[in-house]
Amino acid sequence: MDKAAAPPDDTAIRLRGLSKTFGSGSTAVHALRDVDMTLRRGEVVGLVGPSGSGKSTLLKCLGAVVEPTAGRIEMGGQAVFDSASGGWLIDDLRALRRDRIGFIFQAPYLIPFLDVTDNVALLPMLAGHPDREARARARELLEALDVGHRLGVRVSLLSGGEQQRVAIARSLVNRPPVILADEPTAPLDSERALAVMRILEEMARRYGAAIIVVTHDEKIIPTFRRIYRIRDGRTVEEAGEGRSLGP
Amino acid sequence: MISLASRDIGHHLGRFVFTGVGLGLLIGVTLTMAGVYRGMVADGRAVIAASGADLWVVQQGTLGPWAEPSSVRDDAYRALAGLPGVAEVANAAYLTMQVPVRGRDVRVMLAGIEPGGLGEPAQLVAGRPLLRSHYEAVADEAAGLAIGDTVRIRRHEYAVVGLVRRATSSAGDPMLFIPLKDAQEVQFLKDNDSLVAERARTAANPALNRPGIPGLLDAVLASQNAGRSVNAVLVRVAPGYPPEEVKAEIGRWKHLTAWTRADMEDILVAKLIATSARQIGMFLAILAVVSAAIVAFIIYTMTLNKQREIAVLKLIGARDRSIAAMILQQALALGLIGFLVGQLAALVWAPYFPKHVLLEPGDALRGLAATLLVCAVASLLAIRAALRVDPADAIGG
Repeated sequence: MDKAAAPPDDTAIRLRGLSKTFGSGSTAVHALRDVDMTLRRGEVVGLVGPSGSGKSTLLKCLGAVVEPTAGRIEMGGQAVFDSASGGWLIDDLRALRRDRIGFIFQAPYLIPFLDVTDNVALLPMLAGHPDREARARARELLEALDVGHRLGVRVSLLSGGEQQRVAIARSLVNRPPVILADEPTAPLDSERALAVMRILEEMARRYGAAIIVVTHDEKIIPTFRRIYRIRDGRTVEEAGEGRSLGP
Repeated sequence: MISLASRDIGHHLGRFVFTGVGLGLLIGVTLTMAGVYRGMVADGRAVIAASGADLWVVQQGTLGPWAEPSSVRDDAYRALAGLPGVAEVANAAYLTMQVPVRGRDVRVMLAGIEPGGLGEPAQLVAGRPLLRSHYEAVADEAAGLAIGDTVRIRRHEYAVVGLVRRATSSAGDPMLFIPLKDAQEVQFLKDNDSLVAERARTAANPALNRPGIPGLLDAVLASQNAGRSVNAVLVRVAPGYPPEEVKAEIGRWKHLTAWTRADMEDILVAKLIATSARQIGMFLAILAVVSAAIVAFIIYTMTLNKQREIAVLKLIGARDRSIAAMILQQALALGLIGFLVGQLAALVWAPYFPKHVLLEPGDALRGLAATLLVCAVASLLAIRAALRVDPADAIGG
């Protein structure tokens, strides 16, 4: 049961003083140091930094698979983690990930033994929605992402771009306020990378999700309006170029 | 909710079925081994039941004609016939030997019976029962003999006049029924050279060939040849008399041991084939362990190959029990395929075994339960591995 509740606002996610330290004493590694971050609904923000800078650790903390050492995380105006209150304020972290966080990975990581529709419908089914409703939701999203003609196809038969769009549909299907995208354009050429960014922008706008895109892909960095640069576990917010992604 | 197990099986159907067939052949061997044991018991019981006897009277302190050597004077039946509750008696002789059949040696259990009396084969599938007192035989068809064949047993040739089915010893040897007197001769009469040598040895013994006692040597020689024995006397108890009471009477007054039908079955199962049963039991245990190891290895390998998918499933909110259920269901499905293939294989190859293989539905059900249990246990290793997968593995480096 949730131990904390707060009135919802336009903020999708807010981090305050988030830190993560692995180990202790002389061998301690400070992966995150006092990270502050705020994302509004419908916003796509870049998280940029070199390898080992703490991007993945931040993503894992936000994804509720690694517990921060200190700080506070709010999602949709509700505190879900507060070190001052003892850590996670949500008992069921699986349900938190399932219902409030969407994940997009570098590779699509679709479930190979499910078809396109069921790869997306699986999440609402896991959340207890009836199969018919879950599949209807999945179809709606897949059609919005231009893969509606591949609904019953096994995912291994899709092109790389189609698989990535299915993965995006999966991240959106439970209408989470936050989507964590871990280098979603890394394996793609410029044209396809920009196409994926266009889709993310549109989906964020349409479904009101805040999307954090972890990347060091120079092709897409200029498209962000806001960027968090991370180095040695510290983040610095800066304005992006917000270059147009075209129609 | 989607059945993840069935979708995964469908995705790797060829590999899954191929593995199931391999496992099935192993299960088929297991079921066949159980069938061999059942066949031994069933054959022994069939022979006991077919004899029509309620009691087997044997040499005092022995276990009877099949389990231990037993020698009873062939006139003992007269004394038994007079006991209260005894309706019918008949001598019987049993011995196992090799006989030549169409140029090859066949091991048979020779049964000497009195034509028309107890111990006769119950139902013939061809020909007629023994009618003459000498040189006729009724054979189990597994011996490879046909009506009209002759078979040489020691000094004499016997004409096969009838055939029976499923009359075999618990060792699986087909039975060959011949008249009692012939069987006694086969079992107890020495060959001519031995007789001549024995007579010479007796004549050379000064204690048995005394010059002052004419006729002593002839009397000794006559007694040596006249004594005839049988292995058992079969007794049918009159209606209304409990066999246990008649058994007790025989034990008390006749210095012989009597066994009831239930006793004989117990001797058969608990003593005669006990070692074979333990041997088969060991095989079954080893095969069960091997099957479990194979299932565990296959399911574990399949699970390791799905580590990334499992991490993703956990990350997106799948519960441990859903993932454990997926692996358990796959193991059970593998066991089910294996069992069906094994059952089919056992049914196909059982008739070609030299011994009777009896595949009982009860054993099949127990085999199915054991297979599913073994598969469930074998899946625990894979489930443990899956539950240890960290959902964080799906994210970044």
